[in-house]
Amino acid sequence: MTQPSTIQVDIVSAEGEVFSGAATMVFAPASQGDIGVAPRHAPLLSMLKPGEVRVQTSDGQEQFFFVGGGAIEVQPHHVTVLADTALRAKDIDEAAALAAKQRAEEALKDRSGLITQAEALAELARAAAQLKVIARLRKIRS
Amino acid sequence: MPGTKEIRAKITSVKNTQKITRAMQMVATSKMRRAQERLRAARPYAEKMRAVIGNLTAANPDYRSPYLQRRTSVKSVGIIVVSTDRGLAGALNANVFKQTLLLIREWQGQGVAVKLCLVGAKGMAFFRRLDTAIVASVSHLGDRPHVKDLIGTVKVMLDAYRDGNIDRLFLVNAEFVNTMTQRPIVSQLLPLEPSEAGAPREHWDYIYEPEAAQILDALLIRYVESQVYRAAVENVAAEMAARMVAMKAATDNAGKLVEEMQLIYNKARQAAITKELAEIVGGASAV
Repeated sequence: MTQPSTIQVDIVSAEGEVFSGAATMVFAPASQGDIGVAPRHAPLLSMLKPGEVRVQTSDGQEQFFFVGGGAIEVQPHHVTVLADTALRAKDIDEAAALAAKQRAEEALKDRSGLITQAEALAELARAAAQLKVIARLRKIRS
Repeated sequence: MPGTKEIRAKITSVKNTQKITRAMQMVATSKMRRAQERLRAARPYAEKMRAVIGNLTAANPDYRSPYLQRRTSVKSVGIIVVSTDRGLAGALNANVFKQTLLLIREWQGQGVAVKLCLVGAKGMAFFRRLDTAIVASVSHLGDRPHVKDLIGTVKVMLDAYRDGNIDRLFLVNAEFVNTMTQRPIVSQLLPLEPSEAGAPREHWDYIYEPEAAQILDALLIRYVESQVYRAAVENVAAEMAARMVAMKAATDNAGKLVEEMQLIYNKARQAAITKELAEIVGGASAV
């Protein structure tokens, strides 16, 4: 907002901030086709395709950022790119969800594999105690 | 009194253990710092996301996203429990599980079914012994969790919510208060509480590509994912802090043990010398 000829750009992802600074122009791969955003652009909200976000800084240099998708919010003096860190597609997400379900089922089924050391030790102590009792009973009987 | 050799062997063994616990303490300290940094790095995204979602809902009062709608009758709730993969972290996991059990009992007491989604191996080991339904799980995210690894797990719960299989979604994880304090925290993920309903701004609306409803839902999904990611990272920070404190206590205890044994060792050695001297003196006087 300091200079009317630049626009504040923030590129953030869930795992960290990627870029923050002033720009004269921003290009982004919007879902309906690439867009260029100049200062005082009309408010716009769009999803992004995987691709490249290009930022032209005020000193005439260009910076490139790869985004795996996400969303872009444009306000007259502010552009926010909410970048995905992972490539998203309906079937990829679907497969990941299925895998998460399967993991839960498998872990529930597999009673032996996931026993922790503490559990194993507790089991061992119990078995040792039982053996002791049996030995004592035998002694009494004989 | 045990022989000096045995005591010496024991001292060496305790000292070795102490070396390990001290190393683990230092590793946990540096990992904790890194986790804290990642926690800080995740904040701008969530804040920006919240702002955009706030703008969107303010601009579109007529579209009611299923993720924002409060359902009056609750038949089933989902809980995402974040735990660690490894132990030796004090009571961290136990506290999280206790809090979760309270939550489960509270809902079950009202006749509401509970579905669990577990992040972390310790959670799986604990909750599979209970008869609560576990619908999804992910473990071994490592010290650097990635959003990518959480998407599928969260999607199971989001889909269940959208399809009406659960009516609320909660998140339980260990909150990193500071190095000495970590406590379990329960937060509601869905329905999303609308952010501060500020005064309606001057009327303006976005140009949408594609439709507003589609964008809003896509953003809400990402927002929930980012919250689970934040919880996973915060849990790592809490885990490392708890391990650091636990290992420091172990190191200190080992030090005390060594000190005590050193004293016994000195006494035993002195006793042996005295005995030997007495024998020599006794032998000399006999001659």
